[in-house]
Amino acid sequence: MEEKVLDILERICEDDVVREDLDMDLFEEDLLDSLGFAELLVDIEEEFGIIIPPSEVERSDMNTANKIIAAIRIRS
Amino acid sequence: MTFFGDFTFFGWLLLGLIPAVILGILEKPLRYYTLFLSAALVTAVLKDTPIQLFYLSLFVLAEIAVVKLYLHLRTAYGRKSWIYHLFVLLTILPLVGNKISGLFQLSWFGFLGISYLTFRIVQMIIEIYDGVIHEVSFVETLSFLLFFPSVSSGPIDRSRRYHDDYIKVWSRSEYLNLVGDGLMKILLGMVYKFILAGAFGKWMDSAAYGTAWYANIGYAYCYGLNMFFDFAGYSLMAVGTGYMLGVCVPDNFRYPFISKDIKDFWDRWHITLSHWFRDFIFSRFMMTSIKKKWFKTRLTGAAVGFLVNMLVMGCWHGLTLSYILYGLYHGTLLAGTEIYQKKSKFYKKHKKKLWYQIISWFITMQAVMFGFYIFSGRFLLMLQ
Repeated sequence: MEEKVLDILERICEDDVVREDLDMDLFEEDLLDSLGFAELLVDIEEEFGIIIPPSEVERSDMNTANKIIAAIRIRS
Repeated sequence: MTFFGDFTFFGWLLLGLIPAVILGILEKPLRYYTLFLSAALVTAVLKDTPIQLFYLSLFVLAEIAVVKLYLHLRTAYGRKSWIYHLFVLLTILPLVGNKISGLFQLSWFGFLGISYLTFRIVQMIIEIYDGVIHEVSFVETLSFLLFFPSVSSGPIDRSRRYHDDYIKVWSRSEYLNLVGDGLMKILLGMVYKFILAGAFGKWMDSAAYGTAWYANIGYAYCYGLNMFFDFAGYSLMAVGTGYMLGVCVPDNFRYPFISKDIKDFWDRWHITLSHWFRDFIFSRFMMTSIKKKWFKTRLTGAAVGFLVNMLVMGCWHGLTLSYILYGLYHGTLLAGTEIYQKKSKFYKKHKKKLWYQIISWFITMQAVMFGFYIFSGRFLLMLQ
């Protein structure tokens, strides 16, 4: 699952730096924005069948690879 | 008497906050007193226009009934998108009717706060559909909708966030911290609204007589700064009053005039509105368009998403040409910025450099001020 999430992030952020530090703040680093975040939620839904509505999570709850993985884990 | 507008209001506010502070210091729940105070102050503000008071009461009761009915259907039948769309339509119907009647110089079902109340109700419908809201209490929703500091002009709070503060009983030291922060915000808000906005308003009026190009530029700047200090001041007072009632109403402005690009600007200007649009319109439009593959590339989708998003925001301000143009203008700026930032090698290479950020900031400010100029209505007036 982690590997799939990193694949998704690498594609959306267009940068493999996401694999190097899983605690990096993706919004701070300009790797993720509102658009990327919407893509991420769609990809999570299509890949894992887990629906996360955009208003349910705060950006600060899903701003690193590790937090995204954790958010998927508690919903699966 | 108007909300945060005159001495009468502040007199009643002061009087009304004393029992709240006493309850807070005694570590008692503030929720029922807050609801009482909201009902009393809303009634007092609208007492000279009983028809508005009647419409507001009718609206709030009817909308809570609609929300409760939708929750029931959602529980019984699950995520049915046609029921969901029907209920979203039903909740925005009074606002749409009101805005359309405005086209004919009428104010059908018009009352103070209809625009802002509608956001808070639609949010509940959407989140019930999402499966995030599972129960709706009548008294709590009434308190959420009528919460007097933000009833007429925001900030636009969210029901789940409000719920956390509604059920919370603050410890004495936590509450005293809130009171301190709240008082600071109220005082700062007063300086903004009554001193700074007043000054810029005066300069704006004197610039309004000029027809020279520099008078128009001066007007645009004074109009923008007047609007900022007026609205940010109001928001600060509303947030501060919320704190004193134990409700941490979200902030509405975060130094908008240091924005480094237009996307940054909308993260700092009228934040609760733009984030509402981001979460409930832009993100959902993007997610649907990606799933249904409406556009060849996601970048095209994003550009259309920004345009749609800001067009709706323009219409929400009012169905006048200036507001709609203002929406399209910002939609175009956002879409252009998005495409530029994704495609331009120049941007990627230099975005972290100081000189680039200063130039970017300067251009952003001019674009923002021109936006205010459109918003003020003078742009169309000048074209004629």
